[in-house]
Amino acid sequence: MIPYVDSFRDPQVINVLLDRIRQLACGPVSFMEFCGGHTHAILKFGLRALMPAQIKMLSGPGCPVCVTSQVDLDRALALASQDGIVLATFGDMMRVPGTKGSLQEARAEGADVRVVYSCLDAVSLARAHPGRQVVFLAVGFETTAPTIAASVLKAHEEGLSNFSVLSLLKLTPPAMDAILSAREVKLHGILGPGHVTTVVGTRAWEFMPAKYRIPCAVAGFEPADILKAILALLELVKCGKPSVVNAYRRSVRAEGNPKARHFMKKVFHVVEAHWRGLGWLEESGLAFREEFQAFDAAVRFPLKVGSDGEEPRGCRCGEVLRGVMEPPQCPLFNKSCTPERPVGPCMVSGEGSCAAYHRYALSPKAF
Amino acid sequence: MCLAVPAEITHIWGQEAQVVIGGVKRHVSLMLTLEARVGDYVMVHAGFAISVLDREEAKETLEWLRNLNAQGPKL
Repeated sequence: MIPYVDSFRDPQVINVLLDRIRQLACGPVSFMEFCGGHTHAILKFGLRALMPAQIKMLSGPGCPVCVTSQVDLDRALALASQDGIVLATFGDMMRVPGTKGSLQEARAEGADVRVVYSCLDAVSLARAHPGRQVVFLAVGFETTAPTIAASVLKAHEEGLSNFSVLSLLKLTPPAMDAILSAREVKLHGILGPGHVTTVVGTRAWEFMPAKYRIPCAVAGFEPADILKAILALLELVKCGKPSVVNAYRRSVRAEGNPKARHFMKKVFHVVEAHWRGLGWLEESGLAFREEFQAFDAAVRFPLKVGSDGEEPRGCRCGEVLRGVMEPPQCPLFNKSCTPERPVGPCMVSGEGSCAAYHRYALSPKAF
Repeated sequence: MCLAVPAEITHIWGQEAQVVIGGVKRHVSLMLTLEARVGDYVMVHAGFAISVLDREEAKETLEWLRNLNAQGPKL
């Protein structure tokens, strides 16, 4: 029995939640799960097939690896190929195809690329190899950004001069705002990201009901958490009073984690950032503040990237990330694009929608 | 990338802790959750505890879920 996990997977509880959902679902509704972790959980636990057909769940842009632009990927690849550099990154980034190969291929050709579990592991690498320059490739949202900031502060405290970070960190509310304002897909509610909201707090999503009259239910990642949030969304749609509901109260507080946000704000400031599928979004990225520029890999290793960041031919990741297209509708899905030979990042990442569909929902019934 | 798992804190020294995740022991940083105590469950993401799980809230949610029936209470 794993506390905080098993009880939220209790079949009896799930069945009752599903009964309530079936009763409430009286017309077609589309909800977007912002977070790729939710997409994976929904398909892994078979919730999509269990829910009434009137409830359509669309995947959103909540996969940091997937929204990393091709130009940024190429910058990381160029950095990894420089002499004397150890590039440390999360495992998800290894097989994402850039214009010319992936980090895994760069490693096969001699680049020193290491997979780490935490940015702190990259700090340890720098400590252990004073003669090498260790660069951490930082991809992530508000859940991850405070851990990067805390690692930088630790390196700063230790006076490590051979540690730096290439920040591709992004902020999620501007992405959700971009999707809602574009109105490419008709949405009736948003399943809010549980771990991003653990840091930013539920207030970060108040703009959705206020500006777009769309409800948001922040959800955990166990099946009962997800269904509870979907039930809350159905209730809110039915009563016609959109608001933000916290359906993941054991981890999420209205004010989020102020300490985590303090670290984030101390090290980074907010800048414009380029998102795959969404383009340039104002105030959606994190770059180093001047006082921490010594840790900015983009400043320490000025890069000239030969590519113009052209997306892979035929790849529809951009549309998948906006919820405009479901993975099986992409002509490349499970044909020329598979997890073994991915064309786009959505087929690689542990949070990518295409990877989730490929892994859990290949039977036509599941769609 | 935003994946986080619940883990129980078994030892704390300074701003670091040993946690147990599904029987596996790991070191995590408490820099983001200084209020965490031995015996608490924390959500662990990328080597850091990002929140201390609220026992009371978890208990209330579970009770709510267990008491839910087809005609059950409104959310």
